Amino acid sequence: MHLSEGILPLKWAALWYVVALPFVVKAVAVVKKKAKQNLHFKPLLGLMAAAVFIISCMPVPVPTAGTCSHPCGTGISAILIGPLMSILVASIALFIQALFLAHGGITTWGADIVSMGIAGSFSGYIAFKALRRMKASLFISGFAAGLLADWATYATTSFELASALRGDKPLLPLFTAIIIAFIPTQLPLGILEGFLTGGMVSFVGMRRPDILASFNIANDK
Amino acid sequence: MTKLICVLALFCVLCVGRMPCFAQTKWSGVDENVVERVAEEHGRKAWTPFINTDQGDLLLFVFLVAGTIGGFILGFYWRKLFVEKDESKDAKRNI
Repeated sequence: MHLSEGILPLKWAALWYVVALPFVVKAVAVVKKKAKQNLHFKPLLGLMAAAVFIISCMPVPVPTAGTCSHPCGTGISAILIGPLMSILVASIALFIQALFLAHGGITTWGADIVSMGIAGSFSGYIAFKALRRMKASLFISGFAAGLLADWATYATTSFELASALRGDKPLLPLFTAIIIAFIPTQLPLGILEGFLTGGMVSFVGMRRPDILASFNIANDK
Repeated sequence: MTKLICVLALFCVLCVGRMPCFAQTKWSGVDENVVERVAEEHGRKAWTPFINTDQGDLLLFVFLVAGTIGGFILGFYWRKLFVEKDESKDAKRNI
């Protein structure tokens, strides 16, 4: 989902920067407050920052498609540290990847934050919370969060790409064509990310239920 | 419920196996196969990155360094959250 450097026309790149900026500014503003409120917050933030960075630049081969792609990691980070902090760690990860790993770009950083950070984090978080309200287990809720975070990220990337490149043509046909092109790789990878997220949330729930309780994560059931 | 999810997941993966593959070269990433391909079809070519590490083995080197540093940080905080608490519990039990 990393949009390479220069792929978006500059006015579109600027627009996505404007969309992403308020979320990142708000996240930076509340990070200190959150750290003071909960002693577990800093180590969890560090853990999630490293996890999102590694997960989102790890190419996973998908044998059914013969291609490689990466999960996003924003599903698990949105559950454990909240969607706003998840946007912050995704932004930092995407910036380092754009600058040093030739993944993404500085001009497309705003668009990548919107797709992976904002769309991925909020869709995963909302799915998790909704399923917990419906009394689903930690694994099922985590699975849905990981799956939807991944698919929402790639759907948003498709929208960003289609809206910038369509010219005078209608948006829907190009948007659909890009989504269809992503499906052979991203459908199984989203399922993999679902299992990964469900497994990680269940693990934290078993090993450190106090963390889930202190962040008000698991008690919607 | 978990079993149902596993069955559905397997079904989806098998269905996807029958879909047309867009890979131009084996195991290339979707960023090249989809994003860059669509952009080129619409007259946009990716620029060279500002710091171009995609040259020879340089990219392998930076990925390895990034993975090592990321892995260290991950392990450090993993230990803080999931190992040290258990160790302190064991120590208290021994006292």
